[in-house]
Amino acid sequence: MTDLLDRRLVFVTGKGGVGKTTIAAALALLAAHRGKRTLVCEVDDKGNLADFFETGRTAFRPREIQPGLWAMSMDTEESLREYLNLNLRVPLMGRIGPLARAFEFVATAAPGVKEILTVGKLCYEVRENHYDLVVVDASPTGHIVGQLAAPHAINELVQVGLVRQQTGWMLDILSDPATTGLCIVATPEEMPVNETIELAGRVEHETSVDLAAIIVNRVLPELFGRGEEEVFENLSEPDSVEAMSKSVGGEVEPIMAAARLAVTMRRTRAQHLERLRSGVDASVPMLYVPYLFARSHGLRSTRQLVDALGAELGY
Amino acid sequence: MPNQLAAAKGPRAGSLEQLLAAKEIAIFCGSGGVGKTTMAAAAAAMVAVKHGGKVLVVTVDPAKRLANALGLEGFGNTEKRVPAEAFAEAGVTPRGELWAAMLDTKEAWDRLVRRHAPDARTAGRILSNPLYQNVSGKFVQSHEYIAMERLYELHSEGDYDLVVVDTPPTRNALDFLEAPQRMADFFSSRFLRWLTVPYRSRLVNMASRPFYQVADRILGSQFLQDIAEFFILFQTMYAGFVERAEAVARLLHDRRTTFLVVSTLEAAPLHEAEFFIDALADKRFHMGAVILNKVLPRYLLDEETAAVAERLSARAAEIAGELANGSGEPEQVDRVLREVAENFLNFEVVARREAEQRAELALTPEVVVTVPFFEIDIYDLAGLLRLGERMWMSHA
Repeated sequence: MTDLLDRRLVFVTGKGGVGKTTIAAALALLAAHRGKRTLVCEVDDKGNLADFFETGRTAFRPREIQPGLWAMSMDTEESLREYLNLNLRVPLMGRIGPLARAFEFVATAAPGVKEILTVGKLCYEVRENHYDLVVVDASPTGHIVGQLAAPHAINELVQVGLVRQQTGWMLDILSDPATTGLCIVATPEEMPVNETIELAGRVEHETSVDLAAIIVNRVLPELFGRGEEEVFENLSEPDSVEAMSKSVGGEVEPIMAAARLAVTMRRTRAQHLERLRSGVDASVPMLYVPYLFARSHGLRSTRQLVDALGAELGY
Repeated sequence: MPNQLAAAKGPRAGSLEQLLAAKEIAIFCGSGGVGKTTMAAAAAAMVAVKHGGKVLVVTVDPAKRLANALGLEGFGNTEKRVPAEAFAEAGVTPRGELWAAMLDTKEAWDRLVRRHAPDARTAGRILSNPLYQNVSGKFVQSHEYIAMERLYELHSEGDYDLVVVDTPPTRNALDFLEAPQRMADFFSSRFLRWLTVPYRSRLVNMASRPFYQVADRILGSQFLQDIAEFFILFQTMYAGFVERAEAVARLLHDRRTTFLVVSTLEAAPLHEAEFFIDALADKRFHMGAVILNKVLPRYLLDEETAAVAERLSARAAEIAGELANGSGEPEQVDRVLREVAENFLNFEVVARREAEQRAELALTPEVVVTVPFFEIDIYDLAGLLRLGERMWMSHA
């Protein structure tokens, strides 16, 4: 199996709220740190990828935001414009008139047009070798299959025309596991785990993209080692709590309560983790990223995630 | 933002209970993963138990667990009544009835087409159009629109005293508020007529020719023709759609309708919630309550306890020596004490961050309901009702 970051195109998806964008940002930064010329692209133009690098808004034209790391946000209309310029070379362009409205309309009406322009742009960057690695902060779980399967769908819907000619090489890129991979980000909670298991199945059956990894975000650390839980039970006895409180000169009980809360949280999450592991093909690697008890949500926490992911990948 | 909110707020309600007793439609919104579905179900169950009447909860994408918790094998577009046994198991006798339905977007669209198509043959042609299935799923905010459309249908049938709606998770919270209007705009757009002209008249006018030339080369004319045919068919439903969309918009503004914003105190969902609260005020919808879910316990915020935790960690070995006898090996006790102390300080950081977020939100004058972190998942109606009780008891 090809190492995750040795691929050329990595899509990162996940249910809303699990930290999909954070993980995509961290993977991209990790690759850049490892000397790869990396592009990170956010597909949702209302996304907040820039926040994780504490940089200004990203645009369609990539911008170097960290050494070796470029960032862009997808704009399907710009992508169409670029495509037309590259492929049609028609003076017609200027006379199309309301291209924006025409595009908005066709994109709304025709399934897969926005998706193909997104995927097409990303595959194009790979084909042209502009970057060693393209990391995509892709659509959430509900829409990712539509995005990845767009070249197939277009092939079926459109019988002739330029678009049809274009889908072949895209499929070659997307279907090669050494080139392209999908990462699903999940948290050890019920709904994210359900969606991840369901999505893993759909990716297998409805797309040709290789499921490269499942990244479990916000894993709570195991509080106690072997035998320590029993020790904790003993310490929780009123007599012990009282003795400790006396010794440190303050109430210890809330501290014990917080530990019980952490243990219960962790236990509930462990069950979901087990369900996730058994619900997905055993050959798919799972990477665990710890819950960050951190104040910040910017570049600092992205860097912490870079370290955690690097450790999981064995760097 | 606060001024706008003050201007748009409805009659001040003191509690969630009072709010839901006074309304006929309660729309729960917020970003994905905040527990919206569970909150909606818990609130609906509480009203059915405490106030009686017929209460319906419409969910978008229920976890199987929620169906099970309601004592149902699963449910679909047609409403199902939660069986008495489920309540009996939870040890309560409800004063009213609790019903549940799931929003099946595809089926709801099909119904809509059958209703608005001029005749059965046109309806059949639309439903069998190869583009329809794709389009009905990907249309301009089709999920959002259909959720509101279904709500209107349920309300106008008049079978329920209260309909609680769990909205689809949207990236843009405004989507479903605007969906009815956008749908109406879409069908009345000049552009739609323009696009379909050549297929109606076979005459391509000069203005649109370049567009067709490019479009043909990119997409192929057959495909374009399929699209056009589809929209020509769809346009036959135009009047019905627009009228309906306007009625839906009116219902959302009706004073019997209220919106509840659900969020956790994490940065991203809260940001979305604030944006939503602002948008509701701006558009003069009734903002009923903010429900804060998974809130960490207050004792984590106690500064004195934090100081104790630090001392406990620093002096762990010493304390372990003092009380090791009955508890375990001194080294083990030492380690456990340090772990426990560090754990408190870790959670304190998170709790403090959340408290700050919350303080900012407290500027809003509406009912604010706080639901504590439930350490375990909810597996039955009793669990839902326990959660509901916490919502009912909560005060700002």
